[in-house]
Amino acid sequence: MLRLASLVLFVAIWWVASLFAGAQMLPGPEKVLATIVAEARTGELFFQTGVTLLRVFLAFTLAMAAGTAIGLLMGRFKLADRLGDPWLIVLLNLPALVIIVLAFIWAGLTEIAAVLAVAINKLPNAVVTVREGARALDASLDEMAQVFALPRWKALRHVVLPQLAPYIAAAARSGLSLVWKIVLIVELLGRPNGVGFEIGIAFQLFDVTRILAYALTFVVVILAIETLLVQPLERRASRWRTRAS
Amino acid sequence: MNDARPAGEPGPLKVRITRKAFTAASGGRLDILRDLAFTLRHSEVGALVGPSGCGKTTTLRIIAGLDRDFEGTVLRPPAGRLGMVFQEPRLLPWRTVEDNVRLVAPDIVDAELSRLFAVLELSTHRAHFPGELSLGLARRVALARAFAVEPDLLLLDEPFVSLDEALAARLREQLVSLVESRAMTTLLVTHDLEEAVRLADRVFLLSARPARIVAEIPLATPRRARSDGDIAAMMADISTRINGGGPAE
Repeated sequence: MLRLASLVLFVAIWWVASLFAGAQMLPGPEKVLATIVAEARTGELFFQTGVTLLRVFLAFTLAMAAGTAIGLLMGRFKLADRLGDPWLIVLLNLPALVIIVLAFIWAGLTEIAAVLAVAINKLPNAVVTVREGARALDASLDEMAQVFALPRWKALRHVVLPQLAPYIAAAARSGLSLVWKIVLIVELLGRPNGVGFEIGIAFQLFDVTRILAYALTFVVVILAIETLLVQPLERRASRWRTRAS
Repeated sequence: MNDARPAGEPGPLKVRITRKAFTAASGGRLDILRDLAFTLRHSEVGALVGPSGCGKTTTLRIIAGLDRDFEGTVLRPPAGRLGMVFQEPRLLPWRTVEDNVRLVAPDIVDAELSRLFAVLELSTHRAHFPGELSLGLARRVALARAFAVEPDLLLLDEPFVSLDEALAARLREQLVSLVESRAMTTLLVTHDLEEAVRLADRVFLLSARPARIVAEIPLATPRRARSDGDIAAMMADISTRINGGGPAE
């Protein structure tokens, strides 16, 4: 209820501000909504949003999978940590733009280059978070798994991953928003479609209405994913915790 | 983890640890175990009894294969499956009681699992998570898990410590009936002499650190036949040996 009131207030401020700033600089909510509807009618909105979403999904999955594996490795084995740490620091501090531009130069203006560039941007983040989780793994449960001769994959699935779950969830949450922001930049720089590409066109035309229409649509999509997918999954994973408390 | 166990190949548990040392925080080497050796025959129940901190748990960890940094040899029953009850229950908090047991014993038959839960009075707790259990219940789940794998060697590390005496006595009863339900070599670590005398066929007394076996006492009377009077007499006998101090075989 309070969230809804807050949202209404936001739209009201936007509307008042648009009166002062003028439709050129900041179009009102009703104009943006009209553009969204018009773009949806032509199918353009769904296509561009879908393409971007697909890139987000691919880059996100890639970064999370590789990040979890590397983070686990670095958290469990000192040698891996020592070897990987300098790379991690370099990656963490390399600006997203540099990675994107280099990816496009080295791999061409391709889909693979775009997705890889985004994944590499998210990767160090996931590694650091999961590594923290791997360092906090309970050694006594490892011993239990060893004594009862649990096969490796079984121990990973039932003993290790549940302990990492909160860390993976944290990385996923921050990751989703980071990834979609970077995907837009990649699309702006080197893709012929997607929300980022659309916004690039609108920028050249100074079409603020269009920029807002696409940006808002995508925010809504990401919010929907967050509430309908990420949160239920998290609740399911921590079922034992809520019941225990 | 399957049922393909070579039958009719029972072997003893032979432990011969010449030295086990820890590196102390100050840097020096601290001997925990020194010339600790004993043999437990197939399907016998042995009890390691000794003062707190003398290295009983360390011995058990070496036998379980969790600690390989020692001098000596440990001969476990060949092709033997291992079941262990740690001092803490060590259950997976994110799995239910039943799933905790099934995870280590995927091949267990439903009837067998039900029987095990019934003996340990866990039947109503199958779907509970460990966080919902009292310590006594969690201990029983740990026992159920160890028995579910149908171990050839069962290691118990002070399984009833910090439980109230009435509950500990009941659990001891349950343990006896489980141990006698199938042939397995069992080694129990305890600081409680009475517990050892009630459960074991053979008691090994450990010295203070660095620990070695100072006495091995076979208890001839079968567990079930021991009266309270017998138990008291055995304890008195062992106590005099401890105070007498000399090594005895």
